[in-house]
Amino acid sequence: MALTRDQVAHVARLARLAFSDAELDRFTAQLAKILEHAEQVSALATEDVPPTAHPLPLKNVFREDEIGECLPLEKALSTAPEAEDDRFRVPRIVEEPE
Amino acid sequence: MAQPWEQTAAELAAAISRKELSARDAVEAHLARIDAVEPDVHAFVSLTPDLARATADAVDQKVAAGEPLGPLAGVPLALKDILCVDGVRTTAGSRILEDYHPPYDATVVQKLRAAGIPIVGKANMDEFAMGSSTENSAFGVTRNPWDLARVPGGSSGGSAAAVAAGMAPLAIGTDTGGSIRQPAALCGVVGVKPTYGRVSRYGVIAFASSLDQVGPFARTVEDAALLQQVISGHDPMDSTSIDGAVPDYGSALEGDVKGLRVGVVTDWIDGKGTEPGVRARVRDAIDAFADLGADLGKVSLPSFEYALSAYYLIAPAECSSNLARYDGVRYGMRAPDAADVVEMNTRTRSAGFGDEVKRRIMLGTYALSAGYYDAYYGKAQQVRTLVIRDFDEAYKRFDVLLSPTSPTTAFKIGERTDDPLAMYLSDVCTIPTNLAGAAAISIPCGLDDAGLPVGLQLMGPPLSEPLLFRLAAAYERARGPFEVPSMWGRSDD
Repeated sequence: MALTRDQVAHVARLARLAFSDAELDRFTAQLAKILEHAEQVSALATEDVPPTAHPLPLKNVFREDEIGECLPLEKALSTAPEAEDDRFRVPRIVEEPE
Repeated sequence: MAQPWEQTAAELAAAISRKELSARDAVEAHLARIDAVEPDVHAFVSLTPDLARATADAVDQKVAAGEPLGPLAGVPLALKDILCVDGVRTTAGSRILEDYHPPYDATVVQKLRAAGIPIVGKANMDEFAMGSSTENSAFGVTRNPWDLARVPGGSSGGSAAAVAAGMAPLAIGTDTGGSIRQPAALCGVVGVKPTYGRVSRYGVIAFASSLDQVGPFARTVEDAALLQQVISGHDPMDSTSIDGAVPDYGSALEGDVKGLRVGVVTDWIDGKGTEPGVRARVRDAIDAFADLGADLGKVSLPSFEYALSAYYLIAPAECSSNLARYDGVRYGMRAPDAADVVEMNTRTRSAGFGDEVKRRIMLGTYALSAGYYDAYYGKAQQVRTLVIRDFDEAYKRFDVLLSPTSPTTAFKIGERTDDPLAMYLSDVCTIPTNLAGAAAISIPCGLDDAGLPVGLQLMGPPLSEPLLFRLAAAYERARGPFEVPSMWGRSDD
């Protein structure tokens, strides 16, 4: 599966990253080389092998639903690039109606 | 009499509790040492002298009042800049968090505070812990105290270099694929990758959540064990932390190794990527274990050949998901003047992340995307199962496994930056332990012909830390005190 420049551009859009033409060339070459190495995994016969997503035998961890301490609003907003009226402020998300 | 900065953590703690040295003087001695060598080494993103002094003064008040002290009270520590400290700049080595001041403490930081351990600075690291040389930091490269033209390893390179240079006897790092053990090996110090879940990840900026684990650096096995004790334990704030009693690691240090079965991973010692100097020193260590009465044998782990490939699919997949949170909304930088939110996200991330982080996000997004999931991520998860099975088989015959920590000693700054795959190969011996969620330790086992330190890795099953400390301590006693970099300029000569 050779990686193409168009695929890299598509994945960049999914990942919310923008690349210049030169960066796109460089990343395509580097990612193709890394994926070629990674494709070694496909050489292994693994039909009956279950996947491991996590090293611990994880189960749901429950606790009593009690109200505990939480960050004060002011502190939580203190790290935001922009805040207004006790909320995180972002650029427009929804188009204004015509 | 050795200067305070030359002493081990155990020696400093004993002197402080006996009132021979104040915690404040211990901190001042290390801050002065930092002033002297930090311009050359650049182990820190930020220094925190006020925080360190306040902690030390509180310890000294306890001493004066005759109150009981924790076993490492007053002993200075370098904290990897990936652990959140309330109100203290925490960057994870990234431009995107350049001015981030977390509103809370990581659980490990709460434990360090409770133990009276002064934090002297936030140690430099590869951006978001992605790298093996600390060259991926947005805040400049850290230099290896043994040779300033060389890397300290990574990603916890600042932590390892700080300990090797005498700027702190203790440091905290994180290990996702070798990021504690490999820099420990390259800087000639001890580094521990604890069992997954032994140490809370709450407040640790996430890279790959099924692999990340916090652990200690020190110049002796005893110091590493004492720090491991302080940071271990269940945390209700981390649902993946292990709910169970933590053994007394200090008492594990005394036992001998007679009759313990040590499996030697010969593929990694004889492998063509392994430098002759590394091979020779690891063989010396094998001889030392034989002299100590260990029962040595060869072990073969066929799936390990594929572990690196699997890791470089699994870790980027988890990273691409974890790093989606850097969207310029709640914390971190935001690119200005975007017309809409998608453009703001994209411009923020493109300006805020460095190249290696972008490569991993791209790899992970690709490996998880429709049409490729089964071939890449799914297959890698199956390889992960095979790695765990190989370990399980090996531990039927052996108590622990022995190998080099890194196939090479410290490489030159810039040598591997243009070839990401060559950089990834630095982690070939350390990655299987992370995939299995198991424990391992790296301990210095000599110098190569160029005078650069070589690291010996001991691997054990999950929760085998007491056994690993016991073997490492016995080996350390047989080896004798380790050399120090020439920049130490021994003051007691």
